[in-house]
Amino acid sequence: MRRIGRLLLYVLLAALAVLTLAPIVWMVSASFMPAGQSSAFPPPFFPRAVTFEHYERLFTGIRLARYLFNSAFLALSVTAISLAVNSMAGYAFAKYRFRGRDRLFRLLIASMVIPSQVTMLPLFLMLNKMGLINTYLGVIIPGIAGIFGIFLIRQFALSIPDSLIEAARMDGASDFRIYWSLVLPLCKPVLVTLAIFTFMGTWNDFLWPLIVMTDDSMYTLPVALANLSLEHVQDTELMMAGAVMTVAPVLVLFASVQRYYISGIMAGSLKE
Amino acid sequence: MQGPGDETPRVRRRGAVTVLAVLLAAAVHSCGPRGSGDVVTFWAFGVEGEHVAKLIPEFERRNPGIRVHVQMIPWNAAHEKLLTAFAGGSLPDMWQLGNTWIPEFTTLNAIEDLGPWLARSRTLRPSCYFPGIWDTNLMDSVLFGIPWYVDTRVLFYRSDLLAAVGYAAPPKSWDEWFDVCARLKRAHPDRYGVFFSTNNEWAPPVIMGLQEHSPLLKERNTRGDFSGPEFVRATQAFDRFFTNAWAPVKTTQIVNVFQAFAEGYFAMYITGPWNIGEFSRRLPDSLQDRWMTAPLPGPDGGIGLSTAGGSSLVMFRGSHHKEEVWKLIEFLSEPAEQLEFYRLTGNLPARREAWGDSALASNRYAAAFFTQFEHVVATPKVPEWEQIAQKAREYIELITMDQYTVGEGLAALDREVDIILAKRRWLVRGE
Amino acid sequence: MANRRAAFLFLAPALLAIGVFFFLPVLAAFVLSFTDFDIYALGNFAYARFVGLHNYAQLLGDPLFWQALKNTFYFLVAGGPLSIAVSLGAALMLQPKFLRFKQLFRTAYFAPVVTTLVAVAVVWRFVYHPRFGILNYLLSLAGLGGIDWLGDPHWAMPAIILMAVWKNFGYNMIIFIAGLQAIPGELYEAAAIDGAGRFQQFRSVTLPMLAPTTVFIGIITMIGYFQLFAEPYVMTQGGPRNTTLSIVYLMYQQGFRWWNMGYSAALAFILFAFILAGSVLQARMQKRWGV
Repeated sequence: MRRIGRLLLYVLLAALAVLTLAPIVWMVSASFMPAGQSSAFPPPFFPRAVTFEHYERLFTGIRLARYLFNSAFLALSVTAISLAVNSMAGYAFAKYRFRGRDRLFRLLIASMVIPSQVTMLPLFLMLNKMGLINTYLGVIIPGIAGIFGIFLIRQFALSIPDSLIEAARMDGASDFRIYWSLVLPLCKPVLVTLAIFTFMGTWNDFLWPLIVMTDDSMYTLPVALANLSLEHVQDTELMMAGAVMTVAPVLVLFASVQRYYISGIMAGSLKE
Repeated sequence: MQGPGDETPRVRRRGAVTVLAVLLAAAVHSCGPRGSGDVVTFWAFGVEGEHVAKLIPEFERRNPGIRVHVQMIPWNAAHEKLLTAFAGGSLPDMWQLGNTWIPEFTTLNAIEDLGPWLARSRTLRPSCYFPGIWDTNLMDSVLFGIPWYVDTRVLFYRSDLLAAVGYAAPPKSWDEWFDVCARLKRAHPDRYGVFFSTNNEWAPPVIMGLQEHSPLLKERNTRGDFSGPEFVRATQAFDRFFTNAWAPVKTTQIVNVFQAFAEGYFAMYITGPWNIGEFSRRLPDSLQDRWMTAPLPGPDGGIGLSTAGGSSLVMFRGSHHKEEVWKLIEFLSEPAEQLEFYRLTGNLPARREAWGDSALASNRYAAAFFTQFEHVVATPKVPEWEQIAQKAREYIELITMDQYTVGEGLAALDREVDIILAKRRWLVRGE
Repeated sequence: MANRRAAFLFLAPALLAIGVFFFLPVLAAFVLSFTDFDIYALGNFAYARFVGLHNYAQLLGDPLFWQALKNTFYFLVAGGPLSIAVSLGAALMLQPKFLRFKQLFRTAYFAPVVTTLVAVAVVWRFVYHPRFGILNYLLSLAGLGGIDWLGDPHWAMPAIILMAVWKNFGYNMIIFIAGLQAIPGELYEAAAIDGAGRFQQFRSVTLPMLAPTTVFIGIITMIGYFQLFAEPYVMTQGGPRNTTLSIVYLMYQQGFRWWNMGYSAALAFILFAFILAGSVLQARMQKRWGV
């Protein structure tokens, strides 16, 4: 009886896994189908003949390489800069005492409730006045202003023993030296987690780049893909290839670092 | 963790700082689009955007000093892209502008008065264009765009199905139109006479309103006139198609318009020139002799009015390349280029002379359009028109679904239109 | 550690960025919501007027606003619990100690979370195709008729809900797993000694101990779902017949398509008010039900 129960569980789990992965697998499969093959009834699951024509078209006619570059550049820049900025602030909130520290921190946490869409219009007008519309900085700068990262880092930094820091200070290390050589290396796990979060979040960001980038040479992959899908409604296989190109980098990244990513989510969700 | 070999932190620090510096520098420098220089930026939308790039090499050959960069934007995103670009100060030197959007951009003061340019031109005259179309480019008698291609709505119909119920010629008046629908319904109760895509298109009911000579907006375009007697009459007529089941109420049933037309699921369709090419391509060969186009039937007989649609070419008021832009406009307006563009896209040329060419003269489907262009009229030239048209479509669709009576629906529509026009009322009349 | 200057320097970049590029726009949006800034004002700044609460009043009288609100709540109320139930279910299924390949299953369930929403929407748009889509094909195999998922006003929002649940359940599942792992084993042992069966253990130990986690998930799911935008944008453009028009989509339409910026800003703040109310409500519930 028990064995049947176990078998049933495996079957359920496998079924759920199939359901979950099916659209993604189909997306990849369709991207290799000859044009028009997917618009058939019953819908085919495997390509009749594997073709790379859609990928070729993406990179030649549609200049996908440019969008790929934009996405990668923006994701990397935002990740690098926000990691630096947020780790400093998180460390300060955790290990420095100053008046109003806790109140300020609570204010920041509370403001996480404000949806980012509230800021869209004025931010657009502000960046416009600064001449940053349709520039990389127009996406990078608002991307640094994230409170979640500060929260995560503070959470982690709290667990660093004060004695370590005291010892370093007594050895004559400057504040920055302590931060750079002592705290940061200790924070490596949470930094990696935050880096992954930020990279994926920036890579997948849609609405803001849609608004800020007016020139097609500046589009990121999601924006270009949305464009493609609105324009080439009939070319399913081409759009699937575009979708694959958009999703593949983050999936690969995820597969290689999922340990950190998932443990980061778990850590962040447990109350302090 | 700290340990021996601690010189690495310093190296790492320098490395990190360098990387950051490089990133920042790259971000600041590799910023904007290919802006000024000697490149003329040209935004085109949809199908036009895809194909106009093919005409550019010839232009660049004739004008060696000028280079043109064409950017293609899907129609869905075109409106917001233009406005965002205006707000962001990054409008291109010239762009394609649907002529119903011209009022908006003159309000924004974004496009150049082309009158002086036209006066100096040796190749362009107003008489080169259909009067109804030319009119859409004028705001208070000032010229803001040069028509690029023209668009209107005419009747596409299955000539065989109509002939089978006694109509060897297409209906020439609303009465005949209703009659042929009734006959089609009697012959095939499970099919329809005509298809209106009420979930998508605002044009057909608005066109009927225009045919009844409804001004659509009143009091200097500051209030809705959709509950005025003319538009009420037109909407009642439009609704007849649905109450008599001459047109399907559930428009989403028809997933593939071409297939439904081929199967005779509906016999008539009001649509534009792009479907000449689409129908020719997608309908089976056996059907190619059995469909035709015709000008719209008017309420009391004779050719009914239709919308003066299409796109114009406009010049950015703040462009640094105005001379070059004008040259490109003149180039794209040459009859030969207009014909080439027609061949590439199926969009009908704005230039009358181009119509004499065999490519168009022999296109029997285009003939109806040529006639119709002499009977087109502009929709109200207000910046809010696009928004108003969408609202009209929404309410009229609800009327066809019996969620409102004609009176209730149009009254509700007018209330909303008045709200949309509130700002304009204040500006024009100080209310 | 009273080195205030150092603390200030460490905090400065982050606070500056947040202050200038978050709080300032929020404030500006607040002010904007009391004006009638629109396309006329865009052309000539003198055409912007201060209108007090007029935008808010107009919103309350706008049938489209109520439609967007209704749609968003429909998405929330139907999709939220469904998503949480599926996540919890998956987390529970991965609990048993005898289970092998846990990592593999976990990865599979989490994969949709990291995929780009736009890409997913493009794929699912085709999955929902009335003729060529996989879903209708499967239905036809079961002898059921096909549904025009994205074209039928009754089915469009359920279609989007289904896709959203698929995309997100992995994320909440992970948090549930963490919550489940945090439940001390002794509690289960004690309950077993008292004669509780497995189902009773679930009810008396698991559920109560998971309550704070569930509330936490509830809040973040709610906040996320209130911001529904990309799916309608890519898949249905707010239709059919405005049945997938969400609050953020309406905001985008009003602000960036019609350029009614004052109106759009008012809408943004109403969105914020709802999210705030929802969060406070859930936090209160957490307090009420212990921990």
